[in-house]
Amino acid sequence: MTINIENKNNDETVNSLNKDAESSRRNFIFGSVAAAGLSVAPGMMLYQTANARSLSDFSLKEGASSKVRWGMLVDTTKDVDWNKCVDACNKEHGLGNEKNSRDDQKTQYIRVVDVKNKGTGYSMSLPVMCQHCESAPCVDVCPTGASMKRPDGIVLVDRHRCIGCRYCMMACPYKARSFVHEVLTDQTENTPRGKGCVESCNMCVNRIDNGQEPACVEASGGAIIFGDLNDSESPISKILSKHGGKQIRADLKLNPGVHYQGI
Amino acid sequence: MKKLHFLEVEGNTKGFYTFLGLFGLISLIGVLAAYHMEHNGHWVTGMSNQVIWGTPHVFAIFLIVAASGALNIASISSVFAKTAYKPLARLSGILAISLLSGGLVVLLLDLGRPDRLIVAMTKFNFVSIFTWNILLYTGFMAIVGIYLWTMMDRPYNNLTKKAGMAAFIWRLILTTGTGSIFGFLVAREAYDSALLAPMFIIMSFSFGLAFFLLFLMGSYKYTQRDLGDYMVNRLKNLLGVFVAAVLYFVIVYHMTNLYSADHRDITQFILTSGGIYTFLFWVVQIALGSIVPLALLYGPTGNNRTMIGLASVLVILGGLAQLYIIIIGGQVYPMHLFPGMEVTSSFYDGVVASYAPSLPEFLLGMGGVGVTLLLATIAIAAMKFLPASLADEIADPHGK
Ligand code: SF4
Ligand code: SF4
Repeated sequence: MTINIENKNNDETVNSLNKDAESSRRNFIFGSVAAAGLSVAPGMMLYQTANARSLSDFSLKEGASSKVRWGMLVDTTKDVDWNKCVDACNKEHGLGNEKNSRDDQKTQYIRVVDVKNKGTGYSMSLPVMCQHCESAPCVDVCPTGASMKRPDGIVLVDRHRCIGCRYCMMACPYKARSFVHEVLTDQTENTPRGKGCVESCNMCVNRIDNGQEPACVEASGGAIIFGDLNDSESPISKILSKHGGKQIRADLKLNPGVHYQGI
Repeated sequence: MKKLHFLEVEGNTKGFYTFLGLFGLISLIGVLAAYHMEHNGHWVTGMSNQVIWGTPHVFAIFLIVAASGALNIASISSVFAKTAYKPLARLSGILAISLLSGGLVVLLLDLGRPDRLIVAMTKFNFVSIFTWNILLYTGFMAIVGIYLWTMMDRPYNNLTKKAGMAAFIWRLILTTGTGSIFGFLVAREAYDSALLAPMFIIMSFSFGLAFFLLFLMGSYKYTQRDLGDYMVNRLKNLLGVFVAAVLYFVIVYHMTNLYSADHRDITQFILTSGGIYTFLFWVVQIALGSIVPLALLYGPTGNNRTMIGLASVLVILGGLAQLYIIIIGGQVYPMHLFPGMEVTSSFYDGVVASYAPSLPEFLLGMGGVGVTLLLATIAIAAMKFLPASLADEIADPHGK
């Protein structure tokens, strides 16, 4: 069911992409949870209309439902320490374990960007991660199809197919991607990473497919809302339709799945 | 006009083995450098998440661009029926193949996972211009191969013109494709210009011919074959025209960009405030790589072989500098997440990235040059690529 090329290499033993057995177990758990209604934050229902079966099918290409488009809404006006989100992400994906790389070679899925208006002096901070573009340049330019967009809008790299040409990094307008510059040990089970491949925020697919929110969302104390942009009844869509939101570099017309308020 | 005939270079000589050994050694060092990079990971290089493509790409793209230009001589002879260039058409073809191979080797060895070549060759994403380039390169090898065959196998000589035409068209598309690799990077100011692809074509003429001229003069010198002024002067005049054309294009390119709001910042960066990139632009690309060669080729030294050789070397250095500025200068310049605002982050947003080429990167790039020279040297000894003599009474169709 998944693309699983040459994972004989020792550094590729962590392979969470192909766990049929586990996936069916998850189907069962998630199916029942969803039937009961999944409550992630007080009074907030996450996946109200989503099809439980397709959500939990842990497949890269098929399975994830095209009825859903996962997105995030970041409220930059809230007084939160965005570094908490960065820490949560690093922990979730086991980042920051490089031993030799220089700082400019280390992986960052999410970073805090400080923006200042030179004219007025107004400044603000916001977290920036892969924006999960609908027309994703990284997916278009990738020669092997390793950069891919799931039907539910999540953009990620198939770590077993990536040849490390880095063209996707050249093409990404948000500098959202990192190249693994060295051999990595101590990986977390859910996020296979490896030397010579490109990686980026995958919206915590492992958690989403498990019925959880992305790690940064959880750590944001409500400042980041996660949900289905295609479902007009979802909290994220309701807030967006009522209060609006902006995308970074909307002029590029890539229609990112990450929206911001207060930028 | 005496009859032209082709002859293999004598392979069983000390001189030949010396060159073979030298080029082989450069190639081997390149491969070892690549192994060092792959084995440890790219942290041993100057490349980073900001400067994603480094010195190997400068060499690789130079060689690929030059490959298409090296074919020019053959194209002029078969497609535009300029018989004066006919004796050089075979060399032109084999140099094109050698240059392309050298460039592709570097590109391949700089991948994060060169061991996955098979993935690159079997899983195609046809939306990607990279994929198209892989097909263009493979096709180029095949078409030029056929073209050479029609030239070298008498019964098929009548097909040469058709094959030459196909190769000519193919190489124009190929260079456009190479230039388009950069043209598709929408958010990078340095590359988002319609002029980039045509500029690559004109650059290919100049770089390819400079390399061709050096190889021709070198091989005739060391095999003690006659190479008359008639041929050399034609080629060096042509080189001068191409160098001037690139210079003209560079001026137009930067002027246009200075007047476009979207590209003004990056252009000012390269031209005035870019530190090493500004230095490379004015001193290496413009002065040493364009103006000095023009003076050498057209000035009083224009008939001196050493000076013609020097001019060709300078054109190549200028070309490498030009690609360095385009590829690396274009990446160090920050992308604008919030145009007009001051932006900072732990991921080097808003600042000019630093990049210092590392030794392994340079050696890998040189390895590509080594592979090119090695292949070409073996080829001229194995088959009849070089005319036994290009003395004026043979080369000049209106000769004495
Ligand atoms: S933000 Fe970059 S990596 Fe993410 S989908 Fe868009 S282009 Fe791709
Ligand atoms: S580095 Fe990997 S994911 Fe990125 S374009 Fe190349 S093959 Fe695709």
